Amino acid sequence: MELKQLYREIVNEHNLHPMYKGKLENPDLVLRGVNPSCGDDITLQLKIKDGVITEGMYEGSGCAISQASVDMMVDQIIGKSKEEALKLAATFMGMVKGEITDEETLEILDEAAALQDVSHMPARVKCAVLGWHTMQEMLEHPEKANDSV
Amino acid sequence: MSTLGDFRKDFDILTNGDYVYFDNAATSQRPRQVLDAVSTFYKERNANPLRGLYDWSMWATESYEDSRAVVADFLGGVSTEEVIFTRNTTESLNLVAYSYGLDTVKEGDEIVISVMEHHSNILPWQMVARKRGAKLVYMEPDEEGTITREEYESKITDKTKIVAIGHVSNVMGVTNPVKEIAAYAHSKGATVVVDGAQSAPHMKIDVRELGADFFAFSGHKMMAPMGIGVLYGRKDFLLNMSPFLTGGEMIEYVTREDATYAELPHKFEAGTVNAGDAVGLAEAIKYLRNVGYDNIEEQEIKLTKKLMEGLSKLPYVKIYGSKDPKKHCGIVTFTIDGVHPHDISSVLNDDHVCIRAGHHCAQPLMQFIGAGSTARASLYFYNTEEEVDIFLEKIAKVREVMGYGA
Repeated sequence: MELKQLYREIVNEHNLHPMYKGKLENPDLVLRGVNPSCGDDITLQLKIKDGVITEGMYEGSGCAISQASVDMMVDQIIGKSKEEALKLAATFMGMVKGEITDEETLEILDEAAALQDVSHMPARVKCAVLGWHTMQEMLEHPEKANDSV
Repeated sequence: MSTLGDFRKDFDILTNGDYVYFDNAATSQRPRQVLDAVSTFYKERNANPLRGLYDWSMWATESYEDSRAVVADFLGGVSTEEVIFTRNTTESLNLVAYSYGLDTVKEGDEIVISVMEHHSNILPWQMVARKRGAKLVYMEPDEEGTITREEYESKITDKTKIVAIGHVSNVMGVTNPVKEIAAYAHSKGATVVVDGAQSAPHMKIDVRELGADFFAFSGHKMMAPMGIGVLYGRKDFLLNMSPFLTGGEMIEYVTREDATYAELPHKFEAGTVNAGDAVGLAEAIKYLRNVGYDNIEEQEIKLTKKLMEGLSKLPYVKIYGSKDPKKHCGIVTFTIDGVHPHDISSVLNDDHVCIRAGHHCAQPLMQFIGAGSTARASLYFYNTEEEVDIFLEKIAKVREVMGYGA
């Protein structure tokens, strides 16, 4: 997919009309993720019950790819177990780094798979993975992700 | 105009494709003459300079030292002993900070810089201030990007030991009143360090007239290869300074315990030197002179004016710095409402237009002007009016691509 097409068909919708942007009441996990070199800055908030992500929101600012990517991610992980969410993160990161190209494997990413072409834009990979990386970090190291951030 | 068009033909990278290159403040392109000069050095004269007692090494030494003489002349006719080859501006400024700053600045002293500095003229001074218990004081510009007399006279005091200032801001494009600041700094007994990375490619430099005790610049922003830069230092300062790096080629006698150092400027050039790229820098200086500073300035102002006028017609574009195109040194920093600069740059890249987006290695300035990041178009004399037209045409479409109504 050409870059402009990617923006027009996928990214803009989530960037301009995000579904999960805002503040979550009483989240269980909160973690800030930043790309210092470009200023992308998000704070991801999740509620978790019995090992399942029940709710998720994010606040922040940044380029359209970073914001759209985290919006799509939150949509994907709600209702998933921590393990499933981590598997999605690994798949997504493999995809944008160009390591996973097999369509069947990527199917689990659903709409987020549309960002596959970011793998051809090395300068934008870190934008696309910011949300996923933050989510991975907070699930693997919940001690870092307390409410006091 | 026709003559500038002829110069453009010397840049294969510009004429071989359909890319519009507007990131000249990051690095310029190189003409064939510079590339050929480097290539000829390696094909015909290469050996380790300053060492061998055979023809090739002597030829290499001659090429290297001849290049130094060209640079000394370029800086306003200084002594070759005052011209130190480095890798780039960053290394030059670090040399001053480590070899001069650490030995000069004491607890309670102040170092004055401006909030417009590139990180390479901030971090070395943060280091000196931290290690010596000194205070780092920032001069701030007004809305037009100018550091006023009131501002520098209020920040530079009897406590000031070093004033380090960028000649031209890499974000605002504004030329700072370095001569006036230097005169005032000297009256307070401070030493003046000038970051010339953005000025040397665009204007005639006379370091003594400017009042610079140290002047740093990079070759790669003025058509020379990457990896060759210069530090000018006043001889009376350099003589009393310790070496920055130690090792080969900077010694006189070495015993098991001690060493005496080589004469200036070799005392500050440890290790095998970058003679090939020094030759390239000398060739770039010759080329720059051949184009002529008047022609460079005239073309840059013409293009900057056209570019700023075009951007001003778009209500959602904000331009930073002076409203006067003559005060931009070819650098136009801007933002588009609702579009992150990285998205601007990616969308333009899709149209083969190259501009910079981000914090431009000047985060304190970004915080000062209240922008997380910005987009920057920076021009050089080989750019054309047609390229500015293409840029403006593509810029006008960015918001539509990003999902805002046409």
